[in-house]
Amino acid sequence: MTKAISVVGLHKAFGRTRALDGLDLSVTAGEVHGFLGPNGAGKSTAIRILLGLLRADSGVAELLGGDPWADAVPLHRRVAYVPGDVTLWRNLSGGEVIDLYGRLRGGFDRARRAELIERFELDPAKKGRTYSKGNRQKVALVAAFASDAELLILDEPTSGLDPLMEGVFQSCVAEARAAGRTVLLSSHILSEVESLCDRVSIIRRGRTVETGTLAELRHLTRTSISAELAGPPNGMAHLPGVHDVEVRGLKVRLQADTDKLDAVLRSLAASGVRSLIATPPTLEELFLRHYTDEADADATDNSDSDSEASVR
Amino acid sequence: MKRPPTGLAGTGALLRLALRRDRVMMPVWILVTALVVVSMPGALGSVYATAAERALAAASMNANSSVRALYGPVFSDSLGGLTAWRAGVFGAVLAAVMSLIIVVRHTREEEETGRQELLSAAMVGRRAPLTAALLAALVANTCLGLLVVGGLAGQGAPGAAALALALAGTGMLFAGAAAVAAQLTESARTAKGLTAALLGVAFVLKAAGDAGTAGGRSALTWVSPLGWVENVRAFADERWWVLLLLAAAVTAQVGAGYLLAGRRDLGMSFLPSRPGPAEGRLGTAGALAWRLQRGTLAGWSAGFLTAGAVFGGMADGTADLVGGNDRAREIIERMGGQGGLTDAFLATMAGLFGMVAALYAVSAVLRLSAEESGQRAEPLLANAVGRLRWAGGHLAVAYGGSALMLLLAGLGLGIGHGGEVGATVAATLAQLPAVWVIGALAALLHGAVPAYAAAAWAVAGSALTLGWLGPALNLPQAALDLSPFAHLPRLPGTESVSWAPLLALTALAAALTAAGLAALRRRDITA
Repeated sequence: MTKAISVVGLHKAFGRTRALDGLDLSVTAGEVHGFLGPNGAGKSTAIRILLGLLRADSGVAELLGGDPWADAVPLHRRVAYVPGDVTLWRNLSGGEVIDLYGRLRGGFDRARRAELIERFELDPAKKGRTYSKGNRQKVALVAAFASDAELLILDEPTSGLDPLMEGVFQSCVAEARAAGRTVLLSSHILSEVESLCDRVSIIRRGRTVETGTLAELRHLTRTSISAELAGPPNGMAHLPGVHDVEVRGLKVRLQADTDKLDAVLRSLAASGVRSLIATPPTLEELFLRHYTDEADADATDNSDSDSEASVR
Repeated sequence: MKRPPTGLAGTGALLRLALRRDRVMMPVWILVTALVVVSMPGALGSVYATAAERALAAASMNANSSVRALYGPVFSDSLGGLTAWRAGVFGAVLAAVMSLIIVVRHTREEEETGRQELLSAAMVGRRAPLTAALLAALVANTCLGLLVVGGLAGQGAPGAAALALALAGTGMLFAGAAAVAAQLTESARTAKGLTAALLGVAFVLKAAGDAGTAGGRSALTWVSPLGWVENVRAFADERWWVLLLLAAAVTAQVGAGYLLAGRRDLGMSFLPSRPGPAEGRLGTAGALAWRLQRGTLAGWSAGFLTAGAVFGGMADGTADLVGGNDRAREIIERMGGQGGLTDAFLATMAGLFGMVAALYAVSAVLRLSAEESGQRAEPLLANAVGRLRWAGGHLAVAYGGSALMLLLAGLGLGIGHGGEVGATVAATLAQLPAVWVIGALAALLHGAVPAYAAAAWAVAGSALTLGWLGPALNLPQAALDLSPFAHLPRLPGTESVSWAPLLALTALAAALTAAGLAALRRRDITA
């Protein structure tokens, strides 16, 4: 499998702020890769380095087999980019911008352009300043999807789009994948990530904390189980991978590591199961766990320094 | 509890915000302007030590049409009178530019960027933003006036007060003009351009009136607000009633601004933007740069051609007014001419066009900065567009545009003068290497230290101030030589032009541009 994007140990600091602190990212050609993380985690910085707009302090970044800084111009013929906040020239119409971007990327499909304008319900004759936020995003989206680029880099591309247009966007991404294109999608809309992405990478404080398919990520999380049993539960709390056990008479609620479910279910079955509800973790829970870990990590850091202080 | 009228709610908070945002720009501008004016008596006193010398100088200045065109007539040969003559109009122009920037910055620019929407959603009245902007301009002009009064009181309190009021009043007049322009257009850049164009027209009218007529009596001079500044006659039987003209004009402008502001929606204008084409022909970064800048260039070009024709028409008759006054000849020769006085006049005007063209060059080069900080450069450079192509397009417009403007100014001078088009075009085009050096410095600043690119304005402003006020002040040659304009041949009127400085300046401009582009290639794009 060829890599569309391969990033290893990327560092970038702005003054004293460390935006990227050893980021790894690997995107396989032909996949839709979700790029997630809380605000300020370094997603946009990473994307700007991949686009050759910023220069990395250290680490290796490879885009479509080239160096994103040194080979920026030839690489950009094969890449289309949609920023999260599209700014247009106030006296240029949307159509002019779409065509300009198309030509500057080295060609685009006129028929597809017309079709996309239709699907996104965009008025291409309006001038830059008169577009609303969502419509400015549509201008950049039409330009990107109409291009022949083999890699689409989308940085929160759907901010400001209405749910109908969100649907159009999702079908466009699906079509791009079907056409064999690669997509790097940074997004906070988890349903979008869930329905589109083959694999995701979660970054936090400039570092990759998790990467894999959604199934793999789910595997690392807990399933909540609540059951009504025929007899009293027996030693549930001592099973490996079981957490937060709550027993009220014959009713049991617990969290189980997803890869330890087998043993848990066997133990429940031993007591006789009257009813069982097992809820796999939602993507929301998955991400929130990673996002809030940051706050936890902060708390731990603080308590560490507190304890050091108290020792002194 | 007493409440302000609801239309003005939040004015105080907005004013504090404006003053806080301008906490560097405003004091620097005020101090520099005040310093230029207040240092005049000392500087002039060292050049013209005795009353007899001053009287002779005043007589020769008044006899010289090119000097009158630039500075106006001398009404009193006291040190105060000479200060008002030399620095009055210059100071008024500086106050006007400061005021128009302040007003547009806190009205239309806030709306254009969308920041005003957030502010207006809070407890902010409909008239509050305009009021706060005008008050900020008033604060700035009052400070400038007080500094001028304080610094010049030694030359005579009434004169100092009259000059200070004239400067601050001109500032407020263009604050009012900017308030109107900010309602007319949706773009802050256009609003500033419209107001600056008005200032340019005021200067050309005043210059044309004073060149043709002595004593500031021309109708053309009286049409121009800058003509009022000199006709206040500070330090020479002050004519206070002229200040009433200024006050009336300020009231009318501000009133018009409020009237228009009350009749439109947030973010909208009276010159609405029309729909554009659904499909575009733009295909390169260079074409985009041209498209973005061509309107501004057309405006500047038309202005240069017209001003050239007006000044050219005034060039005749310069010789007869002067007679055999050696002192005047000497002064004019230092101002930029060596041959006949007509030639000297044309050379002075060519120099003026050169310095103004440098301002254009800086503004055109700094488009790069605006594109970058406005986050339009980033998605553009994410296409297959090299940074050199992107920057090269804008630099080509800046360098080529200043060449076009100077060519047109030379054509205008020649046509207005009724012949010798070749000589006048050569004279204006000879300014080009110095203009390019200033533009190239802007390119270098943008490439190397993008956060301080706006310092290019200080560079251009310093060159302009040196050229405008330096020659009559006996500044050391080393100081005058800092300006690239000091090294240009005086044309027309010089028999054998030395090409060496022209080539050296062109090479310097090329080197600075190359250094700027090299730095741009190596640095991060700021967003």
